[in-house]
Amino acid sequence: MDVNDRIRNQLDEYPVLLYMKGTPDFPQCGFSAQTVAVLRALNTKFAYMNIFEDPEIREGLKVYSNWPTFPQLYVNGELIGGCDIALELYESGELKEIIDEAAAGQSDAAEVGEPS
Amino acid sequence: MDPNDITKLIEQGIDGARAEVRTDGQGHYEAVVISERFAGKRSVQRHQMVYGAIGSYVGREIHALAVKTFTPEELQSAAD
Repeated sequence: MDVNDRIRNQLDEYPVLLYMKGTPDFPQCGFSAQTVAVLRALNTKFAYMNIFEDPEIREGLKVYSNWPTFPQLYVNGELIGGCDIALELYESGELKEIIDEAAAGQSDAAEVGEPS
Repeated sequence: MDPNDITKLIEQGIDGARAEVRTDGQGHYEAVVISERFAGKRSVQRHQMVYGAIGSYVGREIHALAVKTFTPEELQSAAD
């Protein structure tokens, strides 16, 4: 499976998915930490992937979405943005609308991994 | 990386855009970009256009980049 298929599979599976540096409890970058804080403030369920643990996904995502930095927040397979845009949409109330609609199909916070 | 070089890349990559780029000298940059072509586009799409012009430098010479985008009309109404 090539990297674009792996990305598509993950985006198909998780309606709210954050590609981040570190994990929600141990973020390794201030921008990732802020984005997690926004999602938690919305009290939403979300899946995450620590891009440090998967260099192929990390490089692949930059090309897949024409977006060279992390975090990257996706809702229903669509790139919402990085930290700045997530904050902007949070403050305007739009992020809550976007996520509430999508999160209905999301199970509890999950770490994305390959099937074992 | 010289902020003026980033300005040039953005202005060449987005037709008719004007850009102002500042840096703290530590690899952190802030770009303000003004273009008619942002009209009708959401923030994520606007940033993708900017990254399309300079993306290969981000994460290398450009450690972090804050992007602000405006159409000329938005800039005008922000100034009013």
